[in-house]
Amino acid sequence: MTQTRSMLLNVGPSHPAMHGVIRMIMELDGEKIKNVEIEIGYLHRCFEKMCETVMYAQCFPYTDRLNYVSPLINNVGFALTVEKLLGIDIPERAKYIRVIMSEISRVTDHLTCIGASAMELGAMSVFLYMIKAREFLYELVEEITGARLTISYVRIGGVKADLTEGFVDKAFKKIADVRKVLIETDELLTRNRIFFDRLKGIGKISAQDAMDYGMTGPFLRSTGINYDVRKASPYLVYDRLDFEVPLGSTGDNLDRYFVRMAEMEQSLRIVEQCFQQMPEGPVSADLTGAVVPAADMVDSAKRGKTEGLIEEEVDLDPTLQGSTRKYHDAINARRKDVVLPAKENTYGNIEGLMNHFKLVMYGHGIRPPAGEVYLPVEGANGELGFYIVSDGRDNPWRVRVRPPCFPIMAGLHKCLVGDMMADLVPTFGSVNMIAGELDH
Amino acid sequence: MNEASNFFTSKLKDALGWARKFSIFQYPFVTACCGMEYMSTAASHYDIDRFGAGFPRFSPRQSDVLFVVGTISQKMAPVLKTVHDQMCDPKWVVAFGVCTCTGGFYDNYATVMGIDTIIPVDIYIPGCPPRPENVIDGLMKLQDKIQKGEQSRTLYDPNTKIGRPAEVQGAYTVEGHIKHIESRSS
Amino acid sequence: MTDNISVPKPAGLLTPLQRIQEKFPALIKETHAFRGDETAVIQAAGLAEVAAFLKESPELDFNFLMDLSAVDYLFYAGGRIQKEFRFEVVYHFYSLKFNHRIRIKVPLDEKNPEVDSLTGLWSAANWYEREVWDMFGIRFKGHPNLKRILMYEEFQGHPLRKDYPYNKRQPLIGPKT
Repeated sequence: MTQTRSMLLNVGPSHPAMHGVIRMIMELDGEKIKNVEIEIGYLHRCFEKMCETVMYAQCFPYTDRLNYVSPLINNVGFALTVEKLLGIDIPERAKYIRVIMSEISRVTDHLTCIGASAMELGAMSVFLYMIKAREFLYELVEEITGARLTISYVRIGGVKADLTEGFVDKAFKKIADVRKVLIETDELLTRNRIFFDRLKGIGKISAQDAMDYGMTGPFLRSTGINYDVRKASPYLVYDRLDFEVPLGSTGDNLDRYFVRMAEMEQSLRIVEQCFQQMPEGPVSADLTGAVVPAADMVDSAKRGKTEGLIEEEVDLDPTLQGSTRKYHDAINARRKDVVLPAKENTYGNIEGLMNHFKLVMYGHGIRPPAGEVYLPVEGANGELGFYIVSDGRDNPWRVRVRPPCFPIMAGLHKCLVGDMMADLVPTFGSVNMIAGELDH
Repeated sequence: MNEASNFFTSKLKDALGWARKFSIFQYPFVTACCGMEYMSTAASHYDIDRFGAGFPRFSPRQSDVLFVVGTISQKMAPVLKTVHDQMCDPKWVVAFGVCTCTGGFYDNYATVMGIDTIIPVDIYIPGCPPRPENVIDGLMKLQDKIQKGEQSRTLYDPNTKIGRPAEVQGAYTVEGHIKHIESRSS
Repeated sequence: MTDNISVPKPAGLLTPLQRIQEKFPALIKETHAFRGDETAVIQAAGLAEVAAFLKESPELDFNFLMDLSAVDYLFYAGGRIQKEFRFEVVYHFYSLKFNHRIRIKVPLDEKNPEVDSLTGLWSAANWYEREVWDMFGIRFKGHPNLKRILMYEEFQGHPLRKDYPYNKRQPLIGPKT
């Protein structure tokens, strides 16, 4: 008497896909997937609880590590939400810088996604090319922020440092290099018979299901729905920039690949437009010609010889490059209760020192009014929303992050059921699940 | 006769160490952000293939170095232990990133404060995430260990409080701090 | 007020908040639009009705459940501001067609925090409600599969409640600290 039973296969938390830790328990009928149960939470790092224990400005390192392939977008989202809560506006140049860094982060995210999913399908060279392009962008990010990946660059009320001299030319050169890599990848993958067959018609999801599950981002746009937070509720300067939102039609893996490739090109266009539209940089007030070394300035300030220190230009540590007095007002809001003073003022006069003290010490700090706000920004995977509840004190009462890949993973079983076991790899790769964001 | 055989065995051991250190089959147990720096190190800019470590084996039965890359949460800890137990000797463990070394700044209810509380560790590579140059430095230190055939590991010792979270050390209160200083000087 | 995050609203039409105010005046406890976010606090018993109206009404058409989370108000503002209820479940809705958003809050008592599940209307609610159960201990009536999602099943307690210390570990293997 023969019986037919389905097989249970566990694609365990530690598995070769480069995307992160997740457990998928699949019920297979031969090679066909009948049902998938997805278990998450293997990288739960308590972002929300940790943010409640620290001050607003100290939450930025935690936000970096949410979606760690596009960390600047998380930083910008959190900063915009707190600024909405406070009700302040930031200078134009800071807005343009934030947009430039967000778009560079978006490109690194899509490069990693396509590179990793190509590698899982066997195209190892594409992975190496994409990581090479990502290194070019990391060099740009490192020039401005000081770190490659976890940068904590954005501050409430502005950004940490201005762009360096000659950054614009360097950026244009690197963008041209990245475009060359994208063309190479396109030649290798788009008309490749194997890649095409493995992705076409696999992992389909209908537009109705996608909206029902609350999916956003490239996943939703591949089904044909035109929803991009940058166009629907524009924040920063996106309403002044000219870019398109690529759309797919069938909602399968191939459409998601095309949407991501096209979005990278649009992001590079945005960065170029920002460089052209950005207002001029540092405000050179009436500075006398001499440059004073920092130690001398601090010594004379401590001895009380503060006459004329406000106008002198001080030669500071290289790590403070771009955040000195010359650049400070161009990239930070004029709000003393929110923004740290420039370092020359902190060490050079008592007003700066008191201002710094009132923002940094425990029991003081940024105090937004009691209330709640929600602000969505366009993350690389979709709508990244921050919901912050404040009680008027210096620690946030509740910080909730709405991860864009959470609803996508909730609805992933709809994409997988009916396909074969080997189709799990390209479908899961096209989701671009980042465990840091999914499990916050 | 004895000296000749000693000479040959030591040369053989050196040769074995040399062969082992330049053919590392690693199991990249990638969880979080450090995985991005692991990918950068493995790719063309900061190649680890020139060290012979370019081929990750995604099965613990076939690998000899376990790279634990990224934060290990309490939910993931039994999985890590299982994977480590499934590897055959000789095996080495590299704690990549500060979350695996001591827990990083995630001192909360869901994180393991250092994987050496669960499995023995050979090399610690701190950094959040460590730059690829740091990773290559750690890899070269690992190669020295492999050459010598050492497996000197550290494992959590409940009697020592060095490197453990500060509340265990009792160094947050004044009395605790005084006690800590007095116990060190006595 | 920040100008860079404003969505132009057609003049003369009722906003979503005004529409639910005129349809369910008895269920709404309070409303506000702090920093431009329209919010309505409604009673727990009326959630299913209001949610169905939000989804099915042709002038509102909230087809996206963007976010579902909860807030614990124990010791809010160090006790200076007294809140009537301990928990509040917060729903964020978005309409693709009209590009408007609304936030619905449902206050719950700490003795028996229970509210209707919205999985019948939006499938997105499934995992979000599991997360709220995991982190806060709020039950959802009618949820098909209410079990922990981010923590492991052996974990005792609900971590995001304010009376759970942030570094109290309950390890499965390994030492207690």
